[in-house]
Amino acid sequence: MININEVIETNKMIEQENLDVRTITLGISLLDCIDSDLSELNRKIYDKITTTAKDLVKVGEELERRYGIPIVNKRISITPAALVGAAACKSPADFVELAKTLDKAAHTVGVNFIGGFSALVSKGMTAADENLIRAIPEALAVTERVCSSINVGSTKTGIDMDAVKLLGEIVLQTAEYTKEKDSLGCAKLVVFCNAPDDNPFMAGAFHGVTEGDAVINVGVSGPGVVKKALESVRGADFGTLCETIKKIAFKITRVGQLVAKEASAMLNIPFGIVDLSLAPTPAVGDSVAEILQEIGLEYPGAPGTTAALALLNDSVKKGGVMASSYVGGLSGAFIPVSEDQGMIDAVQAGALTIEKLEAMTCVCSVGLDMIAIPGDTKASTISGIIADEMAIGMINQKTTAVRVIPVIGKNVGDIVEFGGLLGYAPIMPVNQFSCEAFTNRGGRIPAPIHSFKN
Amino acid sequence: MDRTIITVVGKDCVGIIAKVCTYLAENEVNILDISQTIVQGFFNMMMVVDANACKKSFTEFATELEALGREIGVVIKAQHENIFDSMHRI
Repeated sequence: MININEVIETNKMIEQENLDVRTITLGISLLDCIDSDLSELNRKIYDKITTTAKDLVKVGEELERRYGIPIVNKRISITPAALVGAAACKSPADFVELAKTLDKAAHTVGVNFIGGFSALVSKGMTAADENLIRAIPEALAVTERVCSSINVGSTKTGIDMDAVKLLGEIVLQTAEYTKEKDSLGCAKLVVFCNAPDDNPFMAGAFHGVTEGDAVINVGVSGPGVVKKALESVRGADFGTLCETIKKIAFKITRVGQLVAKEASAMLNIPFGIVDLSLAPTPAVGDSVAEILQEIGLEYPGAPGTTAALALLNDSVKKGGVMASSYVGGLSGAFIPVSEDQGMIDAVQAGALTIEKLEAMTCVCSVGLDMIAIPGDTKASTISGIIADEMAIGMINQKTTAVRVIPVIGKNVGDIVEFGGLLGYAPIMPVNQFSCEAFTNRGGRIPAPIHSFKN
Repeated sequence: MDRTIITVVGKDCVGIIAKVCTYLAENEVNILDISQTIVQGFFNMMMVVDANACKKSFTEFATELEALGREIGVVIKAQHENIFDSMHRI
């Protein structure tokens, strides 16, 4: 039987170290909603989402009560909208209407985000893909809860540089459309390489075409718990350090697995995966940066940061894999800037630059995330940043992503406040040398040699 | 059998266990085990209970216990046993 010390340990993690289940994300296939008539399509989409997800929030709240652990977000991901809308949406304006339907459905069922206003264009864009991409600035401005992601490359296909060029412009336009809100629209737009089909985390979640009709994916978190555990092994060698992270990652993931199984049973929707992630929030003590500091760095960004992050990421996976029957999504440590107080401090101390963050993305679970840059950054420069990040993903056979926010009207030294889980961020300087002739070339970067495994 | 873990944390004072046990008895909740310890000067009690006969929903039961805790000046939490089992048992 469970003993009192184990109970105290678990509750201390929840109450003092910010252990929570970060998200229960319900993936819904909208492929059966496809229609060539736009209003009919919108009606079918609204009906399917509001029917499938009607109990999602209620079940989430019941589970919070039953286990005494916060389930911070209840969310929905859908089939990439470019596929669902291809038959009906003949212009960007049509896709904006589709986005409004998604937003309305999200409000009706009470989820805080709905992901999947997406296109998968790693080898090329269809007319519908391009229309969707061109709809993003307005769609993210007129909706509140819709999140967008575009997959522009993969190890198998290479990188669609036409899409990369276009997205540099789209990111800037999105910033412009939402400039009254500090360009918040860009916080809801992610550009991916090797995007996973089953990622439960926003803004990049979508329900891949390889998935079933509906599926429950769960994202766990708990950087504060890892940090606390590492306090007890200060000065110990790397073997001990990694063992400690593995053990605590196991415990965290088991909670995610439990919640996922229960939610799946209560909603009568199959369980998909647990995403083993360390996802920080702006709350003090809920920071990946603080773990890196506890490992031995004065600030993230100091020499040794990439190695420390690599061992953290790897140990989280090793500990988590055994705790869950199905692991997927992004799985690893997230290193967003604005959502992590320790990262913000590191930027303000001058320890952390975009270039170092780029190096860190080679060994973490995602990429350049929630980084505020000057609003006058050129579209081609943003495309260049995206291309670099996509190349890291393509060559290393991992997921990488870019979510940068060019904040219109702000410059290096200013602070931008996004609010809530999105936090705040100092504007970071961007390399000013031009890459325009590079991003203007057009076409595709071929798939790397090691993708030919057949 | 589904079991619930009730934890009571706070400053020790007369009658804490009595009040919690009275509430549980009134709601037909059977106590299977009680243990307690002092952590950093705070009174920590854990009860393993069988609440299957309780007519109230889990949410109602947990909310009422929480309110009772506020009345006596301690923190009372009710959680399904599975979360502890999952975390601490392979």
